[in-house]
Amino acid sequence: MNNPLGKLTWDAIPFHEPIIMGTAAVVAIGIGGVLGWILLKGYVPYLWREWITSVDHKRIGVMYMVLALLMLLRGFADAIMMRGQQAVAAGDAQGYLPPHHYDQIFSAHGTIMIFFVAMPLVIGLMNFAVPLQLGIRDVAFPTLNSVSLWLTASGILLTNLSLVVGEFAKTGWMAYPPLSELEFSPGVGVDYYLWALQIAGVGTLMTGINFVTTILKMRAPGMGYMRVPVFCWTALASNLLIVAAFPVLTATLAMLLLDRYLGFHFFTVDAGGNPMMYVNLFWIWGHPEVYILVLPAFGIYSEVMATFCGKPLFGYRSMVGASMAICIFAYLVWLHHFFTMGASADVNAFFGMMSMIIGVPTGVKIFNWLFTMYGGRVRFTVPVLWTIGFMVTFVFGGLTGVLLAVPPVDFQTHNSLFLVAHFHHVIVPGVVFGAFAGYQYWFPKAFGFRLDERWGKRAFWCWIIGFHLAFMPLYVVGLGGMTRRLQHYDVMAWQPWLLAAAAGAVIVLVGILCQAIQLAVSIRDRALLRDITGDPWNGRTLEWSTASPPPAWNYATLPNVTGIDAFWTRKQSATGRFALAAAPSEYQPIEIPKSSPIGIVNAFFAVVLGFALIWHIWWMAGLGLLGIFAALLAFAFRREEEIKVPAYDVARFEQLRQAEVVP
Amino acid sequence: MNDFAVALPGIARVVPASEAGPASKRIVVAYGFWVFLLSDIVMFSAFFATYAALARETAGGPSGVQLFNQTNVAIQTACLLASSYTCGLMSLSIAARRLAGTYFWALVTFALGAAFLSLELREFAIMLAQGATPQRSAFLSSFFALVGCHGLHVAAGLVWLTVMMLQVTLRNFHATVARRLLCFSLFWHALDIIWVWLFTVVYLMGVLP
Amino acid sequence: MTDTSYDLAPGDNTALVSTPDVKWSGLLVYTTGLVLAVGLTATSFWAANTSELWGPGVSMGLVVLAIAQMGVHLVFFLHITTGPDNTNNVLALAFGILIVTMIVTGSIWIMSDLGQMMPGMSMHTQH
Repeated sequence: MNNPLGKLTWDAIPFHEPIIMGTAAVVAIGIGGVLGWILLKGYVPYLWREWITSVDHKRIGVMYMVLALLMLLRGFADAIMMRGQQAVAAGDAQGYLPPHHYDQIFSAHGTIMIFFVAMPLVIGLMNFAVPLQLGIRDVAFPTLNSVSLWLTASGILLTNLSLVVGEFAKTGWMAYPPLSELEFSPGVGVDYYLWALQIAGVGTLMTGINFVTTILKMRAPGMGYMRVPVFCWTALASNLLIVAAFPVLTATLAMLLLDRYLGFHFFTVDAGGNPMMYVNLFWIWGHPEVYILVLPAFGIYSEVMATFCGKPLFGYRSMVGASMAICIFAYLVWLHHFFTMGASADVNAFFGMMSMIIGVPTGVKIFNWLFTMYGGRVRFTVPVLWTIGFMVTFVFGGLTGVLLAVPPVDFQTHNSLFLVAHFHHVIVPGVVFGAFAGYQYWFPKAFGFRLDERWGKRAFWCWIIGFHLAFMPLYVVGLGGMTRRLQHYDVMAWQPWLLAAAAGAVIVLVGILCQAIQLAVSIRDRALLRDITGDPWNGRTLEWSTASPPPAWNYATLPNVTGIDAFWTRKQSATGRFALAAAPSEYQPIEIPKSSPIGIVNAFFAVVLGFALIWHIWWMAGLGLLGIFAALLAFAFRREEEIKVPAYDVARFEQLRQAEVVP
Repeated sequence: MNDFAVALPGIARVVPASEAGPASKRIVVAYGFWVFLLSDIVMFSAFFATYAALARETAGGPSGVQLFNQTNVAIQTACLLASSYTCGLMSLSIAARRLAGTYFWALVTFALGAAFLSLELREFAIMLAQGATPQRSAFLSSFFALVGCHGLHVAAGLVWLTVMMLQVTLRNFHATVARRLLCFSLFWHALDIIWVWLFTVVYLMGVLP
Repeated sequence: MTDTSYDLAPGDNTALVSTPDVKWSGLLVYTTGLVLAVGLTATSFWAANTSELWGPGVSMGLVVLAIAQMGVHLVFFLHITTGPDNTNNVLALAFGILIVTMIVTGSIWIMSDLGQMMPGMSMHTQH
C-alpha cells in the first residue's frame, strides 16, 4: 500500500548520527526555551500585534537582521566544521566527517551564507534605512514587504529542517546538473535546496519591486534625484539587479525541478539535454547576485565615511554614476564563472575584458572614500573601523579577482582554493563588514540606545585578523593545486596551511562571541548608552532627524528637502534640528498601513507546500496551494487598508520628544 | 500642459516631477506592477534562451515542423489579440465608470482568453497522444515549458479577472478596485506581447526550412 | 500626494476618456492598434509560409515584425509614449529590454560557441 506520506518515513531522521542528533537536541532546547519564555511572560499578543503582523519597514528590517544573524551562526558552524575537517584529514587520517556528510556541509554553508545571511542582512538594512533616508513613511508596498520577509523565513525553515528530516543537497551551493539531476541525486537533498530557494526567491523578487518603486516614485518633497542619499542610490541599483536577475534563477530552478519531478530533459545527459545551459543560466543570475549584495554595503560605507569624517561624501555624482554603471556591467561578465567550460577564445576574451572593466567603477568608489577621509576630522568609531578594514582587505581581494579574470590564469585556478579565497576575500570585507558597520551605525536609531564601542572594536580586530589567517593560506594551497570541496587530501605539505586556516576560523569565532557579548552588554547598559537626541553621530541624512526609535509614521510632516545631506543643511541653519514641524494645532491625522497576518499565513502554507513537494506528499501539497490561494483571496477582499493615527497622538509624541531633547 | 504649481506650504512655484513628493497611490501601484511585469518578461526570456539552445535537440523524436499546426496557432493568436482589444474596451468602460460595459467586455475578454487556452490544451493533448511528450526530448521539454508557462499565466489571468468582477460587484469602482483593474489590463496586454514573441520564435521560425 | 500631469501610471488611459477636447478618442486608439496588429500578424504568418522571400532573410523579417507588433501594443494598448509624463515608465521598459537582450543574445552566443567547440553532445541523444 502506498505511503500516504509520500517518501517520508522514520528513516528520514538520522538517529544514528550523533553530531546531527546532538545539534538538533541543542537547537530544540534553545527554541523551546525561548518559546516557553515568551509564552510564560505573556508576550505572545504583543509579538503578534507589533512584530509578526507588522508591515512597518523598521520592524521588518529588524526581523530580517535577526534572521540573518541567527543564520550566520548556522553558516559559521558549517565553516568551522569544514576547517576542522580539512585541518586533520591529511594522508592516513580520515577526519571526523564522512564524505556524504561533508558534502552536505559545504553545500549548506554556501547556500545559507548567500541566501539566508548576506541577502537578509542587506535587505534588512535597506528596509530599515531607505524610507527614513527618503523622508517618507514606509515603502511602496508595506504588506508585500511583510510577505517577502516571511517567505524568506520559510526558506530558512525548510533548509534547516533538512538537517533533521532527510538530508541536504550534496552538490555544492550551485547544484550543477548532471549531479543534481534525479539520476545522480535521487534523495530529497536537492529538492530541499530547490524549493527553499524558489520560495525565498519569490520573496526577494517582491522586495526588489518594492524598493525600485519606492526609490523612484516616493521621496520627500524637494528630493530630486541628485539630492537622494548615496545609500538609496546603491539600494536602487541593487534592487534593479534583483528585479533583473532573480527571475532567471526562478526559471532555472524551475527547469531543474521539471527535470527531477516530471522527467523533462533540460539538463539531463540524455535525450538532448544540455547541462551547460544550467551553468550559463545560473551565472546569469549568479553574477548580478554578488553585486546585489555588495552595492548596498558600498552605500553604507559612503554614509559612514561622510558622517564620521564630518564632511560631505567626495564625488557624489561619480558615486551615483559608478553604482549605475556597475548595475549594467554586472550583466556583461557572467561567463567568467565558467571560463573552463570550453568556450572559444573569442567568448572567453570578451567576458575576461568585461570582468576587468567592471573593477573600474569600484575603484572610483575606493578613491572617493579615500578623498572623503582626506581633510576630514576622522572619528575612529566601530563603523569607521569596519570601513577602513573593508578598504584595505577588499582591494586585495578585488585584485585577485582581476587576476582570475584572465582566462589562462583561471584555467589554472578555477575551482581551486585560490578561487575560494578570492570570493571570500571580496564578500566578507565587502558585504559582511558592511553589514556590521550598518548594524553598529543604525542600531541606536532602531532601538534607542547605542551598541558598546569597546566590544565592537574587539570584535572587529578578531574578525579582521581571523579572516586573514583563515583565508590567506588558502591562496597558497590553491596555487599548490588543492581543489575546493575536498573532504580528504594526500598532499601533506598542505596541512600546515590548513591548520593555520582553522586557527583563523577560531579567531573569527571569538569575534562573533565578542559581538554576542557586545549585544548583551549594550542591553544591560542601555540606560547609559541611550540615544536621547536621535542623532548620536552628528549625522547628515534625514533619518537622524527622527526620534530613536522613530514613531510608526516616521515623520509627522514630510520634510521639505532643498539639497543633498538634507539634515546637515538644516542643522547648520539658525532654526536648528529640533524645531517642531508645526504648531500643535496644525498636526494632521496620519494614515499608516494596517498590519496584516497575510505574511505569516502565506509563509506557513508555503512551508507546507514546499515540505510536501519535497517528500512527494501530493495531497498535502494540494492543501498548501489551496491555503495560499484562500489566504490571498481573503486578503484581496479586506475592506480597510489603513489606520488613521489621530492628530492628537502625533502632536503628543512630537511634544514629548521636544521636551526630552531640548534642555 | 507642461507646468503646474505644487501646493507646498507657503510656496507656489513650479517644481519638476522628481521633487513633487511621493506620487499618488494609483501611480505607485501601477508602476510597481509595471516593474513586476518586466521581471516576468525577464523570466520568460530565460525560457526563450533555453528554447533557442535546445530547439534542435529532438533526440530522434518529432520536431516542430512535424508537430505544429499553423491554422491552430493563427486562431489562437486571433483570440488573444482580440481579447487584448476587448480588454482595452473594458478599460475605457472602467474609466468612464460604466458598469454594464465593464461586465460585458470583461466577459468577452474572458471568453476569448478561455478559447485561446482550450485550443492550446487541445494542441497539447494531441501532441501527448502522439508520443510527443516533454519527456521525449530536450526540444519538447523546452517547448512545453515555454508555451506552458505562458498558458499558466493566461489561466491565472482568467482567475484574476473573475475575482475582479466579483470585487466590482461588491465594491463598484472603489479606488482599490480601479487600481487592481489597471494592473490586470497591464498584465493582459503584456501576455499578448509575450505571445507575439512566442508564435514568432516557436511556431513560425520553427517551421522555416 | 499629488497627481501631477508630469507623471502618468503605465497603461493609464484615463486621459483618453476624461479630456473632452482630445483628438484621439479611446476607442479610436484601441481600434487603430488592433488593425495595425492584425496586419502585422498576418504579414508574419505570410512571411513564414511563402516561398516568395529570400530564405535567410525571413527570420530577420519575422523578428522585425515581432518588434513592430510589440511597439503597436506598447503605444496603442499600453499608452507608453515618450512624453515627460512617461519617463519612468519608458526607462523601466528600456532597462527590461536591455536585460532581455543581454540574456538571450548572450546565451545564444555562448551556447552555440560551446556547441561548436564541443560538438559531441548530439551524439549522445540517440534513444
